[in-house]
Amino acid sequence: MAVIDTGGSLRGGEALLAAVRARTSKPIRYVINTHGHPDHVFGNGAFVAEGTSFVGHSKLPQALATRGPYYLDNFRRIMGSDLIDPVKIVPPTLLVTDTLTLDLGSRRLALRAWSPGHSDSDLTVFDETTKTLFAGDLVFLRHVPVMDGSIRGWLGTLKELESIPAQRVVPGHGPVSEWPGALANERRYLMALLADVRASNKKGEPIRTVADKAAASERPHWELFDDYNARNATAAFSEIEWE
Amino acid sequence: MMGYTRRLTLIAALLGIVAVPASAEEAYDPWPGLVQDIFSNRPMNDGGNVIGIEMPYRAEDAAIVPVTLRSKLSPGDARRIRSITLVIDRNPAPMAAKFELGPDANVTEISTRVRVNNYTDVHAVAELSDGRLYVSKTYVKASGGCSAPAAKNAEEAQNRLGKMRYRQFAREEAPASRVREAQIMIGHPNNSGLQMDQVTQLYIPAFFINQLKLTQDDSPVLSMEGGISISEDPNLRFTYVSNGAKRFRAEAKDTDGHVFRNEWDVEKPGT
Repeated sequence: MAVIDTGGSLRGGEALLAAVRARTSKPIRYVINTHGHPDHVFGNGAFVAEGTSFVGHSKLPQALATRGPYYLDNFRRIMGSDLIDPVKIVPPTLLVTDTLTLDLGSRRLALRAWSPGHSDSDLTVFDETTKTLFAGDLVFLRHVPVMDGSIRGWLGTLKELESIPAQRVVPGHGPVSEWPGALANERRYLMALLADVRASNKKGEPIRTVADKAAASERPHWELFDDYNARNATAAFSEIEWE
Repeated sequence: MMGYTRRLTLIAALLGIVAVPASAEEAYDPWPGLVQDIFSNRPMNDGGNVIGIEMPYRAEDAAIVPVTLRSKLSPGDARRIRSITLVIDRNPAPMAAKFELGPDANVTEISTRVRVNNYTDVHAVAELSDGRLYVSKTYVKASGGCSAPAAKNAEEAQNRLGKMRYRQFAREEAPASRVREAQIMIGHPNNSGLQMDQVTQLYIPAFFINQLKLTQDDSPVLSMEGGISISEDPNLRFTYVSNGAKRFRAEAKDTDGHVFRNEWDVEKPGT
């Protein structure tokens, strides 16, 4: 058995473990984290056991070391001590720098580590048997994409990602969808954001103004747009300034 | 987590700052202690008519929060702003930057980007030529979600180390106006030194730009004494009045002793 991402709290991880155990008693050999954001790794503690290896991008331990304490404080504020105090940061020990295949017996999982895109520790898992791609947060549907790595890197990654011969994708946020059609909206959003911050930078506009208007055309298409778009614009602008 | 807390406490102690456990955090106001530590308890006057501070109400990206400091002195005021100190009260290192304004450069606006770790007051303290301190403040909510005051692409930041860019922007004033709006960018990771390397179990040493001097020819325009609250790739956008100099110069120093220098022809903005 392999588990991919563990949820945003120890309780969430325990619920996931219970759901797994309702279906099978096979040992969990691998817990794979698709990147270091708290909603994907805070449940890791529920899976710590003899014989279970934690797997992640070679940059993930550093990302967790750098950001983990801040995430704990931040999520404690948002979600409360009851949920967050029990959370332990569990970094991966089986690290992927490029690709790695995990053989589960009846199926093989092809893991691939990517250069900074959504984050600096993005990892995808392709189940070759069912042609299912577990894309982590490299793929968002419905929930506006969140850019915490490199906007140019992410768009570059999408070009390679879409050549993976999957039939369906399990995105980091949103419903299981057809592949690679599932990428269309995200790509359109990222391209609009990139074009807008480039235009703003060229005109000499200050960073604070892009937060309000970059990618505004995308607002109707996404959930949580107002929670994340300004942030994406700020981060993208500071990247584009160096072009 | 324990190690992190202990490290914060240690750093706070080194900086003369009182560390407070998270539970008591909200009730405790660090400002009086900061006035003592940073300003030796000098009297603070209301800065409402002297210095403005603008930040977004919510830190969208914890690593890149824009802040603008603006002089509110009227052009006829005989006093001038000598320096502005930017304090992010609840950051691990609250003193984000101290800006010294060149006596003849008439800098009236400075924008930069900072890290914001917490829900916090942010103070701007201007010292005027009358020797008095004037304070204004704003409040910033920490970002939600998975944003963190850390590097997004640490390798790229390292690759940019020491690169500098200077840019001038068109202003609304008449073309003959000598008011300029300019921006200086310095490639630097500006590491905080607050994190442990998971692999080596050693703390990543702090590594940041601690001094930046900007001059037109050799006449001071603006200088910054910076800390770890300044965002990666320190970025200053500011106004100044040209003295007719042909060269704009920048010299930056970091905590590892690197010195980065560059200069630009002000007649060819954007280069």
